[in-house]
Amino acid sequence: MELRKNYFADVRKDDLHEIGQPRPRSDSPGHVTGKTAFFADRTFPGMLHLKMVRSPHHHARIRSIDTSEAEKHPGVVKILTAKDVPHNVYTILILIQVGPEDETVLADGKVRWKGEAVVAVLAETERAAQEAAAKVKVDYEVLPAVFDMEEALKPGAPLVNEYHGQNYYLYDSGECRKVRFGDVEAGFAGADHVLEQSYQSSPIEHAPTETTGCVVTPEGNDRFTCYTNTQAMFFTLDNTSIILQMPGSKLHFVGGTVGGGFGGKVDVIVEPIAILGAKLTGRPVCFIYSREEEMQISSPRAAEKVVIKDGVMKDGRIVARKVTGYTDAGAYSRHSPYGAQKGAGHYPGPYTIPNVWIDTYCVYTNRTPSSAMRGFGVTIGDFALEVQMDKLARLIGMDPLEFRFINAYRDGDMKAHRQPTEGAALIECMQEASRAANWPVAEKYLAMSSYVKGA
Amino acid sequence: MAIRRGRGVAAINYPTGMNLGGDPTQALVHSTPTGNFMVTLSSVDLGQGMKQIMAQICAETIGVPTDRVVVDTADTDTGPHCMGTFASRGTHRAGNAVIQAAREARQVMLEVAAEELEVNASDLETDGQGKILVKGAPQKSISIFDVALSAHFKRGRSISGRGMFLIPRSYPEKETGAMKPSTCYAHACTVAEVEVDDETGEVTVLTVKNVFEIGRALNPKMVEQQLVGGSWMGISHALYETTEPYYPNRDHGGTDFNQYLMPGPGDLAETEIIVLERPSADGPYGAKGPGEMCANPQIPAVANAVFDAVGVRIDTLPITPERILRALKAQAAN
Repeated sequence: MELRKNYFADVRKDDLHEIGQPRPRSDSPGHVTGKTAFFADRTFPGMLHLKMVRSPHHHARIRSIDTSEAEKHPGVVKILTAKDVPHNVYTILILIQVGPEDETVLADGKVRWKGEAVVAVLAETERAAQEAAAKVKVDYEVLPAVFDMEEALKPGAPLVNEYHGQNYYLYDSGECRKVRFGDVEAGFAGADHVLEQSYQSSPIEHAPTETTGCVVTPEGNDRFTCYTNTQAMFFTLDNTSIILQMPGSKLHFVGGTVGGGFGGKVDVIVEPIAILGAKLTGRPVCFIYSREEEMQISSPRAAEKVVIKDGVMKDGRIVARKVTGYTDAGAYSRHSPYGAQKGAGHYPGPYTIPNVWIDTYCVYTNRTPSSAMRGFGVTIGDFALEVQMDKLARLIGMDPLEFRFINAYRDGDMKAHRQPTEGAALIECMQEASRAANWPVAEKYLAMSSYVKGA
Repeated sequence: MAIRRGRGVAAINYPTGMNLGGDPTQALVHSTPTGNFMVTLSSVDLGQGMKQIMAQICAETIGVPTDRVVVDTADTDTGPHCMGTFASRGTHRAGNAVIQAAREARQVMLEVAAEELEVNASDLETDGQGKILVKGAPQKSISIFDVALSAHFKRGRSISGRGMFLIPRSYPEKETGAMKPSTCYAHACTVAEVEVDDETGEVTVLTVKNVFEIGRALNPKMVEQQLVGGSWMGISHALYETTEPYYPNRDHGGTDFNQYLMPGPGDLAETEIIVLERPSADGPYGAKGPGEMCANPQIPAVANAVFDAVGVRIDTLPITPERILRALKAQAAN
C-alpha cells in the first residue's frame, strides 16, 4: 500500500503522534495463537442445544404440527412453537420506526420461504436435537410461490406477506422511494443519444469464518446473560426485549469479538429464541448455525435489478439519468426497506447530472429473506452505474476514464437529493488511477480539481 | 480460440454511516489510579480492528502512547449505547464519541496537573510519551502516572469523560426525495486487467489497481488489511458467488466452502492499493468509513475489462464462464 500525501496536502496537517502510525493490533497475537475467546468457547454445565425444524416449502399453509414423537425422543427437554413466543410477529427496524411488523420468530399458520423456522427443539445434545427435529410432523398445504420481482409486482401474483398486503414495501412516498430533480424527459429529448440498459444480480453469502450464534445462561438473579456474535449489541438486546416482552434490565449481552460479519449478523435471529429456551427450561442454551444454515438460511445479499436510462451528449455530458431499482427482500423486510431507500440517496452516482429521476422499490418474493450485506443499497447500483458509464463512453467514442472526468462531481455541485457536494475526491482518485495504471488521459483532466467548479 | 486480454475502469463514492443518520454511539473514558486509560463502549469489533483504532484515537486525544489505553467493549452492562458495527460507521461514529470523551478526561487531567505544578491548565501540554509539560518551560513537568495518583488519592478528582456522536436523522421529502443521506463520502477508482479464455469462458484477473480516498488512514497497516480484503471480495462477487446457482430453481445452493464458489489464493489478482487522504469535516481526525466501499469498484471494473477483452457484455452477476460462453455464442450467431 502506498499513501499519496501529495494530494490534499493543503487541507491536512500531518502532525499527529498516534494517529497515522501503523501500530500492531493488540488483538492479533490472540487471534493467531488461538487464545482469543469467541462466544462459542463458552460452555456451561447442563447446556442445551437448539435446532430448528424448517419449512421444506417455499410457500405453504400449516394445517397442523405434531410434536408428540419428537417429545419422546431421548434427550429432548423442550419443544417450542409459535404460541410459546410472547411477541411472535416482529420486525427489527421497528426500533427506528420502520414497520410494519411482518415476520414470525416461529411460523404461525403459514410459511413464506423454504427454510423458515417452524419449531424449535431443545435437547441435551446437538445430535438429539437434530434427530428429534426430524420427528416433528408438520402438515402443509402447498401454495403457489413467486420468485421473480417483476412477476411479484404483477396483478394477481401470489401474495407473499399478508402484513404488507401487497408485494412491495409501502413508503410514505408510495410504492417506491422517489427522487425528482430537473426535468428528465426534457433531458432525454435534448440528448444526442439515449441508452436504456438493465442489470441484475444474484444473492450472495457473507461467508464469515464464524457462523452466527449465541450461548445463553440464566443467572441467579433472574437475568439472562447472552454471549453473542451480533454486530449490534443494543439493537439486538432491544429487539429481544420486544419479542420476549421482557424488560431490558433482565438482559445482559456480551460480545464484541466476532469472526467476520459483513452485515450477516444484524438480523436478531438466534438470540431471542435461545433466551426464551433458557427461560422456559432454566438451563443454558446454545443456538449456533451450521455452515449450511449460514449459507442457505441466514439472509443473503438481496438479488437486485437496476434499469438505467441515460441521455448523453456527443461532447460527453450526461444530461439526464433515470434509475429504477428493485431490491428483492425475499419473504420479509428485515433491513431491505432501508437498503432500497439507501439506493435512492446514492443514485445517480458520483456524477453531476442536471435531470434525474429515481424510483427504488423493495419487493417481496418467496425467496430467502435478504438483509444487510457490505454495501447493500449501493454495491449493485455501482456495478450497474459503472458498466453503464463504460457503455456510454463507447457509444460516443470517448475514452471511458476521460468520460468520467467530464461528469465527475465537485465541491458545490448540487446532488439530485438536493445536498451540495462537499469533500469530493473522485477526480483525484481518477488522476492517480490514470498514473498508476498507465492509462493516459488528456492534460486538461490531470489539471482538474475537486475543489472548484470550472477549474 | 484464444486467451484475450482486456482492462476496465470504475469510479465510485460511498457514504459513511447509516443512511439518513439518526444512529448514535456513545463512549466513556476514565483513568486508572496509575494513569492508564479505559475506553468503555458497546461497539463490536468484527475482526477489522475496531478496538485498536479506538485505543489510538483515545491516546492521540489525551496525549499518551497507545499502549496506555485499554478498550473494554460490547458488554451491555457496562458499555454505553452504540447503534452497531455496520454501514461503514464504526470508526466514524465511535471515533467521534471517543474523542469527545477523551477531551473531557484530558481537561480534568490537565487541571489536576496544573494544581500540582501551580500553573494554569491552559499553559500545559502533553508530550505524547506520558508527561505533562509547561509550554515553553519543558523542564517543569509531571508524569501522567503522578497526576493520576494525585487525582485519585489527594485531589479527589475523577479523570473521566463522556462522549457521544449523533448525526440528526434526515427524513426524505416524499415527492422530490430531498434528503441528507450522509455527511461524508469516501471515493475510489479501480482499474482491472483480465484475461478471458474465449473457449472456456474462464476469466483470470491479472491485476487490480485500486485508488481509495478515505479521509485519513488512522492506522495505515489496518487500512491496508481492510482495503486488500475488500478488493478480493469484490473480485469474488464479480466472478464467482451466488447462493442460487440454478435460479429460478432454488435447489442445489452451496452449503459449504466446497460447494459455494469463491476464489482461492491462486485465483487472486496482483493487488495494488493507493490511498489518498482528504480529511472529512466531521470525521475523527478526518477519517471516513471505507469498510464497505472498498469491495465495490472491482465488480464493474472487472465487468468492463471482460467486455474489453472479448466484446460481450455480461450485465448479470456473477460473470460466470457459462454466461460468457452463451454471450459469445449469441454474438457469433449475429
